[in-house]
Amino acid sequence: MALPLVFFALFFAYPVVEIVGRGVKDGGQWQLGRFGTVLSHPDILHVLWFTLWQAAASTALTLLVALPGAYVFARFDFPGKQLLRAAVAVPFVLPTVVVGAAFLALVGRGGLLDELWGVRLDTSVWAILLAHVFFNYAVVVRTVGGLWAQLDPRQEEAARVLGAGRFAAWRKVTLPALGPAVAAAALMVFLFTFTSFGVVQILGGPTFSTLEVEIYRQTADFLDLPTAAVLTVIQFAAVLGLLALHAWTVRRRESTLRLVDASLTARRPHGPGQWALLWGTLAVITVLLVLPLAVLVERSFAGPDGYGLAFYETLRSAASADSTFAVAPLDALWNSLAYGAAATAIALLVGGLAAAALTRSRPEPGPSGRTPVITRLLRGFDGLLMLPLGVSAVTVGFGFLISLDKPPLDLRSSWWLVPLAQALVGVPFVVRTMLPVLRAVDSRLREAAAVLGASPWQVWREVDLPMVRRALLIAAGFAFAVSLGEFGATVFIARPDQPTLPVAVTRLLSRAGEFNYGQAMALSTILMVVCAAALLALERLPIDHSGEF
Amino acid sequence: MTAQAPTAAPHMLRLDGVTVRFGTLGTAPALDAVDLDVAAHEIVCVLGPSGSGKSTLLRVVAGLQHADEGTVLLEGRDQAAIPTHRRGVGLMFQDHQLFPQRDVAGNVAFGLRMRRTSRADQERTVTELLDLVGLPGAQRRAVASLSGGEQQRVALARALAPSPRLLMLDEPLGQLDRGLRERLVVELRRLFRELGTTVLAVTHDQGEAFALADRVVVMRDGRIAQSGTPLEVWQRPATAFVARFLGFDNVVEATVQGEAAATPWGKVPVPAGTPDGPCRLLVRPAGVRLTSAADGLPCTVVARTFRGTHVALLLQPSGGPQMEAACPLHEAPETGDRVGISFAAEDVVVLDAAAD
Repeated sequence: MALPLVFFALFFAYPVVEIVGRGVKDGGQWQLGRFGTVLSHPDILHVLWFTLWQAAASTALTLLVALPGAYVFARFDFPGKQLLRAAVAVPFVLPTVVVGAAFLALVGRGGLLDELWGVRLDTSVWAILLAHVFFNYAVVVRTVGGLWAQLDPRQEEAARVLGAGRFAAWRKVTLPALGPAVAAAALMVFLFTFTSFGVVQILGGPTFSTLEVEIYRQTADFLDLPTAAVLTVIQFAAVLGLLALHAWTVRRRESTLRLVDASLTARRPHGPGQWALLWGTLAVITVLLVLPLAVLVERSFAGPDGYGLAFYETLRSAASADSTFAVAPLDALWNSLAYGAAATAIALLVGGLAAAALTRSRPEPGPSGRTPVITRLLRGFDGLLMLPLGVSAVTVGFGFLISLDKPPLDLRSSWWLVPLAQALVGVPFVVRTMLPVLRAVDSRLREAAAVLGASPWQVWREVDLPMVRRALLIAAGFAFAVSLGEFGATVFIARPDQPTLPVAVTRLLSRAGEFNYGQAMALSTILMVVCAAALLALERLPIDHSGEF
Repeated sequence: MTAQAPTAAPHMLRLDGVTVRFGTLGTAPALDAVDLDVAAHEIVCVLGPSGSGKSTLLRVVAGLQHADEGTVLLEGRDQAAIPTHRRGVGLMFQDHQLFPQRDVAGNVAFGLRMRRTSRADQERTVTELLDLVGLPGAQRRAVASLSGGEQQRVALARALAPSPRLLMLDEPLGQLDRGLRERLVVELRRLFRELGTTVLAVTHDQGEAFALADRVVVMRDGRIAQSGTPLEVWQRPATAFVARFLGFDNVVEATVQGEAAATPWGKVPVPAGTPDGPCRLLVRPAGVRLTSAADGLPCTVVARTFRGTHVALLLQPSGGPQMEAACPLHEAPETGDRVGISFAAEDVVVLDAAAD
């Protein structure tokens, strides 16, 4: 428990407090009047309102589209499922800027839809919403589907034998069991879309702006640190409120579930309804997820002299069309992989310890005396782990630069600065993925191990780990993926000679010219392939089958 | 465990005033100042209805439950600061709690692995124990493929493998069917004798407790109601609660005077030396003798149940509560018959006077 706390205090609370303090304090005095000034501005109010409702709409739309997908992935067995599972997760890890560009190419002016039918969505909020669904489809499929696949279908069968219809059985038995996972997924999607940055900046144009975009504008464009600080605090408060709401809704509803091996629950679809569901899901994935990526890939090959590898070939040399880079763009790939691996390790360590501590701290049946306070504190910590997702990445990155630059914590020149920032975003995924499964492990199994002489660490290794191995892999995959795709903080702290892939892509995009754009598309394609390969490898890792016979 | 020489501690386990409270103050504690000793190589069975605190007792000894008051001593050493995994005790859970992701050998060897025993020793012990519990060659079987009885044997082997100084069993045979249960009780007793294991078991099944234990401890509402050999407890239940829990329902209020007691059933003879005064009496069904309808206390036969070796009769006397009588097969009257009864002093037990 100590390690996660120290980690968050040093690399999250401290930098954020530092930078917010600079904005809201003046000569050591708190300037609370600035809140009033900023909040009374109609533009800011408009930003607030838009941030809120687009996040709600995006979340609802994502759940609507992705829950059937979660079911399909959890319960159906079909050829190519592993590949598709990995493919679905790819959008999530793409740099937001690239996704914005891909959607522009799809639904914007001169885009595919425009060419075919003259349909344009880039000036409407639909482009933003669709892009958000594109991003977060995997969040729902992974979080909900992961648990769904391990729910014992016999529970539902028992309900049906007792006279419940197919839907009633699902609603009364499966849905309550899935509740915490659905809530967790919904909360994640809401947080991501609430703090959405790159997508809104590109697709929203001047009309639509979220808090995060506004913070970036105030910080980077206008150097108006006070306003940015006030907005950061507002966003922070809103996220705190959200997390409190979430804690209140799902409190202790994570009941002990009967978990079975995921491979036992999936079967081939039968009957026209199930086939329709499968094909419908495949159609949604194709249109919503594959099409934008296809356009992206197509553009990366559409060189000045027709299709070819022109853009890729130039990536290897530092001296490209203009001197944007001191290093070859391709080096960004190795940087990204190294940073991502380090960040994943940190996130797994910190998140795993936090999740284990949170599971252990559940009140025993009938606690006596002192537990309530501790339980409450830990319940709070449960939510606090989610904060990095809600706090502006821009603020975190800028905060790192400002606060971690003096002894004893002078990390400015340290290679670890980037992985630390990236791990911050990965930890919530690890905790959120592991916690429901860990809590579903029967605590008496742990007791049985303890009585047999297993120390707490051995109990975790021998009892919890084998049961959560799958969840752990999923968590690792997510942590690695978000580390690879992290942009808001990395862009501030990555050293110019060690850019990550997303940073390199934006640098290229920020330059005018067809060649830079093509190179950006090529780099994005590489990033996409790397993520797909990593995720696919995870899916292929052998899963412990000794529980079967 | 430690290098410390085994002290001449008279008891393997000693509980001294152990109290556990769940929930808020004011509610009855789950364990209320329990004192209990278990000698080395002794088999003690705690008997009580569900909710009497017997499982909590085991959890406190194992260190899975913190005691609010009192001390737990193992071989004379206070266990307060010692975590579960260093106590060197074994606990067999009611529902076994086998590790589902491990095979039989993996489960049995678990405690040895935690103690870093060499692989060869692990394999040897596993083989020995599986032979001992009657599952030779089951090493590679998945636990999910085991029947209830087999799971129970694996759980036992797993608990025995690290040679715990004290083995605790929580409803060891609770989930098994009757025939298997009776056979296993005999096997377990033989096994524990052979190995010299010190055993503390809890159960709600008196048959199991009496068959298994050297000493039976009856619990009620977190307190010990009676402790003694199975024979003592069976012959001389200390309280009406113990009597009823053992299945004896013929308990009446009585006032002793001399060699008989006045009860709602009339005069009942009491054992010699019983002090005068109010008390309760237990009349064992065997002590209810049928006579002709003209003699003794007139009764009507309300029900008769065939019990294999005898017939159990439920009688409604002309005065007082119903009573149970045991009578030989060939003498059993029919339901509705009118009979007379007398009482045999040797089957009358004087219980405490306290109301409950």
